[in-house]
Amino acid sequence: MTTAAPEAPKKGLFGIRTRPYVHPYLGGVLLGIVLFLAFLLTRNGLGASGGLNRLVAAVEDLVVPGHIDRTPYLLKMAGGSLNPLDDWSVPVIIGAFLGGMASGLLNGRTKVEINKGPRISNRTRLIVAFIGGVLFAYGARMARGCTSGQALSGGATLSAGSWALMMCIFAGAYALAYFVRKLWN
Amino acid sequence: MQPIFPLSQFVNQALSANWWTYLVFGVIGFAFGYVLEISGFGNSKKLAAQFYFKDLTVLKVMFTAIVTAMVLLFLASAVGILDFNLVYVPETHLWPGIVGGLIMGVGFIVGGFCPGTSLVSASTLKVDGIIFVLGAVVGVWAFGETVDPFWDWWNQSGYYGRLTLMDVTHLPTGWVVLLVVFMALFMFWGAEQLERIVGKRDMSREPKLRLIGAAALVVIAVAIILIGQPTASEKYAKLLITREVDGQNVQLSPDKALEGRMAQIHPGELLASLADQKLNIVMLDVRSEADYNLFHIKGAQNVPLDEIRALAPGLLSENSSNTIIVLMSNDEAAATEAWKVLQAESVPNVYILEGGVNNWISIFAADEAGITPTTTPVGDDQSRYSFEAALGDRYAASDPAPYEWELEYTPKIQLQRMRGVSGGGCG
Repeated sequence: MTTAAPEAPKKGLFGIRTRPYVHPYLGGVLLGIVLFLAFLLTRNGLGASGGLNRLVAAVEDLVVPGHIDRTPYLLKMAGGSLNPLDDWSVPVIIGAFLGGMASGLLNGRTKVEINKGPRISNRTRLIVAFIGGVLFAYGARMARGCTSGQALSGGATLSAGSWALMMCIFAGAYALAYFVRKLWN
Repeated sequence: MQPIFPLSQFVNQALSANWWTYLVFGVIGFAFGYVLEISGFGNSKKLAAQFYFKDLTVLKVMFTAIVTAMVLLFLASAVGILDFNLVYVPETHLWPGIVGGLIMGVGFIVGGFCPGTSLVSASTLKVDGIIFVLGAVVGVWAFGETVDPFWDWWNQSGYYGRLTLMDVTHLPTGWVVLLVVFMALFMFWGAEQLERIVGKRDMSREPKLRLIGAAALVVIAVAIILIGQPTASEKYAKLLITREVDGQNVQLSPDKALEGRMAQIHPGELLASLADQKLNIVMLDVRSEADYNLFHIKGAQNVPLDEIRALAPGLLSENSSNTIIVLMSNDEAAATEAWKVLQAESVPNVYILEGGVNNWISIFAADEAGITPTTTPVGDDQSRYSFEAALGDRYAASDPAPYEWELEYTPKIQLQRMRGVSGGGCG
């Protein structure tokens, strides 16, 4: 630590200085405790794509209520008098959004920006982000859960199917990583 | 004391019965989002780096979270404060899980997020995160619209219900927990080697505390092995069941409920329940296969007594808000044993057919030609009838018409509603 000129500290919204992320193992232990408490108190773990699905179903219920009653997949969420928002997964994702927002503000990481590899344009990054979102969510509904509802929650409760699925998420990503390396490196 | 967790308000009641339950989920979600953000999961570059072996934060955070929650869960179950049977274990739909998992992996490396992390990214104003969330909205919508042609595959292929690694490996819970801990520690070691070699990181500056944490995980896993998970008889001895008596909820031991004849339902009540479209009646006939082949009630499944416990996970994952399980033997002895087993496994809404199949026949087959009372005396829980032929459920008395019978009985069934958890998780 001798002569290097100190970089100007990075700042987030409201000029709050950007703090470094916590150590991965510490983050993991905290996340594990949250997951454990969720199971202990409520019998449910964590989830993200299920709640998102219910928000979508709620909008469809407003716009095209007849369609819901003809679609078996949507029926069990929002058919007839069922309120698609009356489910544990909805407050969880609203809470997650607010929790991320609070942490981002407090730690100076809330900032309008686009994170991407150095070799692609903003436009490309946003297009692949959209495509990735479509694919991920489609796969998550097929698998009845994403990294939160299956990999984390099913992993901790030792569900055999969740472990198989978790391996497949990593396998799918690693298999394709080389071919899309330009996106990130 | 029976296990106090999960809290009964989350198990036996709809969430809308207690407004604060939503708040609990909201707070859990808040903590979830907060922890994801401080771990760096709002940043797609950090997430994608996982797949180029430079920064294995994703793997470290995920597996640390999984093993931490796992050891705490099974420790809580071992010491008896948590009923693991009531914890929602995502059901195994093997093939949709595998195909969906691979698609998710592709979405992950292309988009740079998973749904939970994209929410956090969006809430910290990362534009790529916001766009990913929009894509995810389209993705969940698209799945609902396109699942019809492969609906049967999606629901049935590789379906094993509630299947744990303990069921697959036939190892005791504690040993599975210990093996998963070792596997995770080995992966962390490998991840650190990769970060050192590929990511050129100086690992000597990593906190020593992580070694203590690793040791703590192993110690808890060993403790779980030594304590062991509660046995069925221990669970049964602690169990209290709730029954409404004279308009008041009373908690009593299952043996008291048996003595008070609260779990035994009259054949007339079974017949009426079978005719009730709103109820899903699962009849389990625990007699010998020979007895079952001679005569059984239409719709009853033959399950040997020693296989009853193996059915518990499946019965637990059935939508039990309208499912009633009725056990039957020739009299009541074997059915009562089966009832005790299912009680110990926390299966709700289990009843015994009063007087068993003998009683059923005495009511519904009084003048059926092919069924006659035996002339020699028989022991307890043996059939007191002889049958002309092994017609199974093709006797008239196997399938009596509900409207032809007016029977007097005291209704015993009190439907204990369980909050449906499917449609949750992410599923």
